[in-house]
Amino acid sequence: MSEPRFSVGQRVQIADRTPPVHHRVPSYAKGHVGVIERVCGMHANPERCIRGDGKPFQRIYRVRIPQTDLWAPYEGPDGDKLEIEIFEHWLELAQ
Amino acid sequence: MNESWGPHDIGGQTAGPIDLGEHDIAHWEWQIDAMVRLALKKGLISDFAELRDGIEQLSADDYDRLSYYERWAKSLAYTLLSKEVIIEQELNDKIEVIRARQEAEGLR
Amino acid sequence: MTGHDDHDHGRTFQPDHPEPTSDGALVGLALRELLIEGGHYTAEEELAVIAEMQGASPENGGKIVARAWTDPEYKKRLLKNGKNSIKELGFDLEPYEFTVMENTEDIHNVIVCTLCSCYPRALLGMSPAWYKSRNYRSRVVREPRAVLSEFGVDLSDDVDVRVHDSTAELRYMVLPQRPAGTDNWSEDDLAALITRDSLIGTQRDLSTK
Repeated sequence: MSEPRFSVGQRVQIADRTPPVHHRVPSYAKGHVGVIERVCGMHANPERCIRGDGKPFQRIYRVRIPQTDLWAPYEGPDGDKLEIEIFEHWLELAQ
Repeated sequence: MNESWGPHDIGGQTAGPIDLGEHDIAHWEWQIDAMVRLALKKGLISDFAELRDGIEQLSADDYDRLSYYERWAKSLAYTLLSKEVIIEQELNDKIEVIRARQEAEGLR
Repeated sequence: MTGHDDHDHGRTFQPDHPEPTSDGALVGLALRELLIEGGHYTAEEELAVIAEMQGASPENGGKIVARAWTDPEYKKRLLKNGKNSIKELGFDLEPYEFTVMENTEDIHNVIVCTLCSCYPRALLGMSPAWYKSRNYRSRVVREPRAVLSEFGVDLSDDVDVRVHDSTAELRYMVLPQRPAGTDNWSEDDLAALITRDSLIGTQRDLSTK
């Protein structure tokens, strides 16, 4: 089991890429910056599950993004958030 | 907004009002659900990701036109065909047998 | 309604749900017959899986909520580690990470799976048709307040809305606020108040009837 690369509270950016294989990152989130809300466990990598065994397992993080960053316009107050689970290999520290 | 990469990648798209009706699950739909779970349990597919992948491979038309469990069925068929658990000829033959039976029974 | 057709593989007739005739459904029926004929599984195994699925309901989630409402230490454990805490009540959702989001005066949570329809079925039963629908999946991430209004949940700007998109291996349940006037209620009576929609987040207020 590997040590988490990221910790709660860090600002991270979700990769903006579209590999030609099953992956679990919705388009609306790609390229966006959020904050690590929770460090979760290790799971099979969906990109390696089709005809593969999902290994090496990757860590999942919950990333919290302000809705006003995602949508323009957004009908709601600044406190509204969207939270999604992203695998570690899709995240980098935000600049 | 980034371009959607498949017919399933719809978060954030514009869409209409939500149908709040309760729709019972039909017996054949329970059977499709059970078939997928059993396919996993028996190792015919290794992970639920394979089912999702099959659904993501559907054309935009199929994705819209097919009901939820019809998408599951098509996806599982696609996956099992590509793994050669079944072959296309036998699937097509079986579909025709069922179609003929339904016609004979006045269901069609 | 599953008794008639143990060994007659093709027959799925029910009075209110006749056998489907669409192309898509025929693929499913045909595939099923091939797999059963090919010995990959049996009709008996199929019935057992269906029975197990039909046995799950939001009552399971309701029990977890009622325990959390009456036992503050359990609630803390549940919010911190849902995966392990539900095992204390005899539930298990492994390998998924069961995650509970608490509604408060200031926060309302709502769950979706935009990419498909992930849902903790063992704890909440089968997902409603609307949860799986295009319109819910596409709109609730972008305009949750408008969607919630369609469900009769109207929130002031003092309440933050958090939308949780179940994109990977977590499975979610909302912990609704305990209604006023239930101070001495038993766990069973509290559990009976809880609805499926309140566990998904498309209902906020639970009445005490």
